[in-house]
Amino acid sequence: MRKLITAVSLALMATSFGAYAKDWKEVRFGVDASYAPFEAKAPDGKLVGFDIDLGTEICKRLNAKCVWVENDFDGMIPALKAKKFDGVLSSMSITEARMKEIAFSAKLFNTPTRMVAKKGSGLMPTAASLKGKRVGVEQGTIQESYAKAHWAPGGVEVVPYQNQSLVLADLASGRLDASLQDAVQADEGFLKKPEGKAFAFAGGDLVDEKILGTGAGIGLRKEDTDLKAAIDKAIAGMLKDGTYKKIEKKYFSFDVYGK
Amino acid sequence: MIDIIQQYWKAFLWSDGYHLSGLAVTMWLLSLSIVFGFCAAIPLSIARVSKSRWLSFPVWLYSYVFRGTPLYIQLLFFYAGVYSLNVVKETEILNHFFREGYYCTILAFGLNTCAYTIEIFSGAIKATPYGEIEAGRAYGMNKFTLYRRVIIPSALRRALPAYSNEVILMLHSTTVAFTATVPDILKVARDANAATYDSFNAFGLAAIIYLCITFILVGLFRKAESKWLAHLRPMKA
Repeated sequence: MRKLITAVSLALMATSFGAYAKDWKEVRFGVDASYAPFEAKAPDGKLVGFDIDLGTEICKRLNAKCVWVENDFDGMIPALKAKKFDGVLSSMSITEARMKEIAFSAKLFNTPTRMVAKKGSGLMPTAASLKGKRVGVEQGTIQESYAKAHWAPGGVEVVPYQNQSLVLADLASGRLDASLQDAVQADEGFLKKPEGKAFAFAGGDLVDEKILGTGAGIGLRKEDTDLKAAIDKAIAGMLKDGTYKKIEKKYFSFDVYGK
Repeated sequence: MIDIIQQYWKAFLWSDGYHLSGLAVTMWLLSLSIVFGFCAAIPLSIARVSKSRWLSFPVWLYSYVFRGTPLYIQLLFFYAGVYSLNVVKETEILNHFFREGYYCTILAFGLNTCAYTIEIFSGAIKATPYGEIEAGRAYGMNKFTLYRRVIIPSALRRALPAYSNEVILMLHSTTVAFTATVPDILKVARDANAATYDSFNAFGLAAIIYLCITFILVGLFRKAESKWLAHLRPMKA
């Protein structure tokens, strides 16, 4: 019996050391597959999307095996720190607040933040135009921070919601005058659907690097500098030899890498 | 913990800078729904114990529906469901009422706690000792006076312990309010969590605030019981 316990514990130790060995034979990415077209699940349960393809390509360049671990988005950073996976590849925006907790790879893409309002409402994404109006945002997003910093002081009523689908439901029902979110998300999840046909983007891309960040990257533990270097190299390589453009074309008709 | 308190104490207690939030909102929701529920429950619980089917059945049905469905669904029904109807949007007063998340929330909470309160009160009315009623009748009281002076005061006193539970459960139920964009204590905790990723302290702090409110509520009800239920206290030896 004692021998068995020793054997089992030795085996466990071996695997746990194996998993954290620094040669990165295997890279585990945390993903919340609820954000098409970046990461979603195909009907057969397979993970698909822009992020998934990028991750697979990065692993190929690292000569490592890609393992995808599904995790809720709001628990990504604690799970990354608890070593449940080695990177967060789930459209995570690079922001100052997150930089305090974790490191980020080079930028993967930078989708714009845009406002949606009823067609012909004439609203523009400025405090002056939105004064006295209600604008919905999802709680905890960079868009919420933007609206609270730029619009709320000017008399715009910024209403935070628990999730994006509630924002869009209230926009459709008329409770909100406008909503502020990631442009791709609004386009795929609302404007292209029948319930969004009376709505359109209002105004152009919003710019505020400090709040809206500089795009999305792969979230990494601060101590894994070797992995960051390897991933950054892979991303630079993809951008240079055109592989990135090829993957991008599969999902988007416009440039998502951004400025 | 200190960071979250420094950054969010105002939002946790009364204001996020533009609107009421946190404790102030939770207490508003709790007190308005409790007042609404209590006032409506007294006549309805009398109807509930009435011998007339026409009076008791609708009240029974109402309380059955509201006790038989989750409060979360009731809130979604009033907030999202009712407002999606064209009739509501086209009627000026209904549109004005259901447009506001606050009104929908208080309506749902009030109707919910009222349903439970009806059952508590009607149970207490049914359990009124027959002697009390007989004594009232012997004084020549009519039905109204009998209810006003004997049955209701006696029943409400005896219902106090069960009612205090309902109030505390209602406090816990207010945590679903953010579904209708009402920024209660839990919403601020979510904000703090999303901004700092310090889940343990963000939600721990919210839990402590709820514990403090419960502590005060329990204390108030204990005071009330020692005043109004003194006649039911075991005699001191």
